[in-house]
Amino acid sequence: MTHSPPKPPHPDTLAVHAGQSPDPATGARAVPIYQSASFVLPDTDTAAALFDMEIPGHVYSRLSNPTVAVFEERMAALEGGAAALATASGQAALVLAVLTLMGKGGHVVASASLYGGSHNLLAYTLPRLGIETTFVPARDLDAWREAIRPETRLLFGETVGNPSVDVLDVPAVAALAGEHGIALLVDATVTTPYLGRALDMGAHLVMHSATKFLSGHGTVIGGVLVDGGRFDWDASGKYPTLTEPYEGFHGMVFTEESPVNAFALRARREGLRDLGACLSPMNAFQILQGLETLPLRMPRHVATTRAVAAFLAKHPAALRVHHPDLPTHPDHELAQRLYPAGASAILSFEIAGGREAGRKFIESLSLFSHLANIGDAKSLVIHPATTTHFRMDERALAKAGIGPGTVRLSIGLEHPDDLLEDLSRALRASQK
Amino acid sequence: MRIIAQGYPAWAFTGGVAYDAALPAVLLLHGAAMDHSAWQWQSRYLAHHGYAVIAPDLPRHGRSPGTVRTSVEALADWAADLLAALGRERAFVAGHSLGSLVALELAMRHPGRVTSLVLAGTSVPMPVGDAFLAAAKDDSPAAHAMQSTWGHARLSQLAASAVPGASLLNASLRLVERAAPGVQHAGLAACNAYAPDPARFESLTTPVTVIAGRYDQMTPPRAGEALAKRIPGARFVLVHAGHSMLSEAPGEVLAAMKTAFAGAPTGA
Repeated sequence: MTHSPPKPPHPDTLAVHAGQSPDPATGARAVPIYQSASFVLPDTDTAAALFDMEIPGHVYSRLSNPTVAVFEERMAALEGGAAALATASGQAALVLAVLTLMGKGGHVVASASLYGGSHNLLAYTLPRLGIETTFVPARDLDAWREAIRPETRLLFGETVGNPSVDVLDVPAVAALAGEHGIALLVDATVTTPYLGRALDMGAHLVMHSATKFLSGHGTVIGGVLVDGGRFDWDASGKYPTLTEPYEGFHGMVFTEESPVNAFALRARREGLRDLGACLSPMNAFQILQGLETLPLRMPRHVATTRAVAAFLAKHPAALRVHHPDLPTHPDHELAQRLYPAGASAILSFEIAGGREAGRKFIESLSLFSHLANIGDAKSLVIHPATTTHFRMDERALAKAGIGPGTVRLSIGLEHPDDLLEDLSRALRASQK
Repeated sequence: MRIIAQGYPAWAFTGGVAYDAALPAVLLLHGAAMDHSAWQWQSRYLAHHGYAVIAPDLPRHGRSPGTVRTSVEALADWAADLLAALGRERAFVAGHSLGSLVALELAMRHPGRVTSLVLAGTSVPMPVGDAFLAAAKDDSPAAHAMQSTWGHARLSQLAASAVPGASLLNASLRLVERAAPGVQHAGLAACNAYAPDPARFESLTTPVTVIAGRYDQMTPPRAGEALAKRIPGARFVLVHAGHSMLSEAPGEVLAAMKTAFAGAPTGA
């Protein structure tokens, strides 16, 4: 028998409204910027209860803030998660996730196709704390499986890798994670909840650099970590930080307090409290301004990206073009299945003439801005081997699908014809 | 805390502190397909303010194994046995939704055991629609979505959450999704079938507080108010919430409970 569930609000509606009521103090319809470090405690009993998590509420903006909470709740709604935590950056979201789940001796299995900053953290910084990472080719499920050790506590990958634009088979890696009782964290910065919801595909945790498409205008640094609420930490038996008494909070056992929100509780009560990488209310407001138009912007980003990819695919100076919407891309079918509305506004290509041609190309562009970011309203370009991924050696670069002539484009909201003209002119210049 | 009730283990949350048999007991009963964490906020507060909190996972719910009970009466007897197993002659008792019916029946079947009764998100009868029951019988995801969506104020996700950063609706959905097969249907069917003789309400000697959510889509406030009017001396409290008032308006619910418990003799 078919049963019809109630219809939830559409993503377009959630993007504009979720998590916000008109301000109870003033009636303000826009999200007020509560630029306040602290909040008045009405009496000592209430103060004690707030500090001890006996009643919910705002105490200090490192832990929670009304403006930031709107962003968190909006992201939880858009991703279909049980809770979300805003962070100072996407990097902070990744650190928060890792340190909430493990300590010294912990192990991560990560896709080799990662943002350079994430690679730095996992390859160089976390080992100093006794947390090791094994990097595996994103597409090689056997490699994921073989890399899992008894001390593995997290599988991690990007929905669409940056800059190689390979697509993570989230359902397959999630199934592997489930077999081993390990959580899967997915960085969905490039796809956003508009193009695909990783939690619905089986991921347990989702993170974003909100600096990118969520805010969408290159004005703000921020991140967010969403707890899907489906992972059974108790059944796994691998996560004492969530299932055993925590002396740092009066012996709280987070899975007892809330089986479905245990991760988010600990991440807030320990991670935001002690690591301190919180999002500022002003930044939350700016991200929210962008988020309201995410469902309008993403189709335009994607449509123009497809036009650019098609253009480059026919251009003799572009030796190989990497975008999953192209039938030649090895992940094309997977991308069609997971991201039917488009698999991002990022693409990369190998320019004929290698590094020198790449230099000429970048320096000949007029509309594309040469900078280290993606997901802006403005189109962007960068040469990963010498910038975002410069700390990676040749082997790691190759593993991540980055060659000396790889150029990454982030397609913005300009008119497609203007972008194609700019690219055409610069490609011509690069070959002289 | 692990307790043997009716010869089988049950698990109860004690609010984040060790259970203290010397303190007055508060028994908190959750609704269909939920678990102790429905009472997360009230449990923790009361446990830190002089009460011995017992928030069990009903049989076959959450961490409690065993067989799912299919009637409110059977659950009331189980709850009475749970209190007896802890050596409790009396307790403050609060129930939400299905738990409110269990609490009410417990007070009527075992009148000496309940010091003060708080019924949240309640109505008698508590009819459940055929489509909802049919979906739950099939353990359909649609039934999970029905419970979480109708269990909150309409379009609750479009408003600020009472718990910063949390999607109360999605968290509730995840909890219902975790329920073992058949558990949601058993709970809903028990609500639907419960039809006590209203004359029994007259015999209630326990102080009663009925808490209703102004935006409750499952047990509308007028139904809660009607029940309160049929119970002699019952107090009626309206809070700004849907059916999941324990999390949607945790402070208002807690305030009503504190008033209810403060006015009653000791429950220990």
